[in-house]
Amino acid sequence: MGALRRFKVWRGDKAGGQLEDFKVEVNEGEVVLDILHRLQATQTPDLAVRWNCKAGKCGSCSMEVNGMPRLGCMTRMSTFAEDETVTVTPLRTFPVIRDLVTDVSFNYEKARDMPAFAPPSGVAPGEYRMQQVDVERSQEFRKCIECFLCQTTCHVVRDHDENKKAFAGPRYFIRAAELDMHPLDAKTDRKDFAHEQQGLGYCNITKCCTEVCPEHIKITDNAIIPMKERVVDNRYDPLVWLGRKIFRRDQLPAQAPAPHPVVAPRQPPPPRVGTHHIPLGVIWHKPQPDGLEAEVGPDGKMPLTEVTFDRAGAASPFGDNVTFPLPPDSLNYQHPKSDD
Amino acid sequence: MTTTSARPAVTPPAGTRAEIPAKTLRTDRWWLEPALTVLGLTVWLAYGLVHIAMQRWYFAEGPGYSYLTPFYSPCVNNGCVPESAHFGRFVPDWPLIPYALLSLPFLLLFRLTCYYYRRAYYRSFWLSPPACAVPDGHKAYTGETRFPLIFQNLHRYVFYAAVVISLINTYDLILSFHGTEGFGFGLGNVVLGVNVVLLWAYTVSCHSCRHIMGGRLKHFSAHPIRYRAWTFISMLNTQHKELAWITLGTLALTDFYVMAVAADWISDLRFIN
Ligand code: SF4
Ligand code: SF4
Ligand code: FES
Ligand code: FES
Repeated sequence: MGALRRFKVWRGDKAGGQLEDFKVEVNEGEVVLDILHRLQATQTPDLAVRWNCKAGKCGSCSMEVNGMPRLGCMTRMSTFAEDETVTVTPLRTFPVIRDLVTDVSFNYEKARDMPAFAPPSGVAPGEYRMQQVDVERSQEFRKCIECFLCQTTCHVVRDHDENKKAFAGPRYFIRAAELDMHPLDAKTDRKDFAHEQQGLGYCNITKCCTEVCPEHIKITDNAIIPMKERVVDNRYDPLVWLGRKIFRRDQLPAQAPAPHPVVAPRQPPPPRVGTHHIPLGVIWHKPQPDGLEAEVGPDGKMPLTEVTFDRAGAASPFGDNVTFPLPPDSLNYQHPKSDD
Repeated sequence: MTTTSARPAVTPPAGTRAEIPAKTLRTDRWWLEPALTVLGLTVWLAYGLVHIAMQRWYFAEGPGYSYLTPFYSPCVNNGCVPESAHFGRFVPDWPLIPYALLSLPFLLLFRLTCYYYRRAYYRSFWLSPPACAVPDGHKAYTGETRFPLIFQNLHRYVFYAAVVISLINTYDLILSFHGTEGFGFGLGNVVLGVNVVLLWAYTVSCHSCRHIMGGRLKHFSAHPIRYRAWTFISMLNTQHKELAWITLGTLALTDFYVMAVAADWISDLRFIN
């Protein structure tokens, strides 16, 4: 049996609450979430705590341990001294529901406000081709597990609740950067959106989001600062503006250039002569269904959670009726038969 | 036994935060970093201001060397020693006008608007926030959305100026190998050289530079050379904080070395001539 250690856990709900003291057994190799589970099993069966994977990948178990926002399942007990009291509190920035569970809808609302990936025109789903160097910046941000630790740490909303309306938070700055750097995204006003709607200017790059991110995403250096620089291009830099006028390099405000000539202009299909000697190859003219827009509620917005919606997550930018993977018979490529 | 719980209301009424009276529950020494930052920056600024206000001991010349400290470069004041003024003298000599009038304001602005220094002084001097999950020392907060902080967005211009100043420092380094009697090589050249190399590293690792050189592109594959430049700068950029502090150190050391040689406190260690 392991040693008994002292814990303080916040218990309560929106009507009020307090830190309660516990003495719990701690064994070698355990994490804070294990201890909370032991508390549930032995002393406080009604302790509310969110968790799912216990592997640092679902982002459910966000809490504050000794005042620092952390994942309960990734905070090892061995990082504390034996005689140290470990204090566990709910995320401070969001409204509490009960005990360690908070209502993180703020983040889902901000996610909903973010325009989705905009499919480039003239390239059907399944025809997308991208080079690794072009997507790798965006890929870093795909590691996000939506634990919202960065959101709760950011002092812009943590210490100033009134900024919640104007400020989307670091999680959505990496989303903005991911899409603005995406080689195939067709939306051109993402910088303006970040500046005007997301409140990028509120961030004072003090890097706390980067400090707490369990996925070690370089939020500030690789997303926020590059986005701030992109906004400068658009709004504050007359040299770039002048250069654009003189050399007619309209790269930034204009459409993203057509990426690579993988997509041939649509032409009538080549006449088929025989069946065996002409490889089928790529069929560019394959008709594609037009995407249907997702249903919205009376407020003109999509529902926020799967509790009130038929699926988890946002609607597909390709249209509600397009499912992935595409059925093989609607793909535009057919492998040559082996006897060809 | 399974229990079925009622689903929570979809949008709970505008909730309240958990009632936790303690402003922060952090138990580590979170105040150490801001305290050291204040100390470091204050000491450095005080040292720099004192030597700039002294208007002496900034240029050391000998048979094989001529060292000009970066704090006085380019020396454009009428009070400058003629040999130290590589770009002419045209600014009136007055005790409150620094001899390097053309570069110091830009160097100050460059570091003041630098993304790293912003982080450092917002946290330490302005307590906004002093450390992560430690409350902001201010009632209201608008970040960099208004005057005056909105001008932080002009960092890029000052970066252009800083490149010019780094070129001037490099030129000073080349001239430092030449004294009253021709070529020479001494410890002072090494000191100046190390400083110039690190200043370039700091300047090039700037976030604005990273953006201008390649970060702003959407398609790296279409610009292989800029992609390589971006990759190189990104590598340096991860050390931007370290370079920011190291160059403060080398600037002060270089200045002190030149001051000490100029004031005859020490004599320059000569390798050649
Ligand atoms: S760097 Fe910006 S977004 Fe990140 S925590 Fe600090 S203020 Fe918030
Ligand atoms: S960016 Fe990092 S800290 Fe923020 S939600 Fe994603 S994984 Fe969590
Ligand atoms: S339980 Fe999934 S991240 Fe901790
Ligand atoms: S010099 Fe630090 S970011 Fe530009």
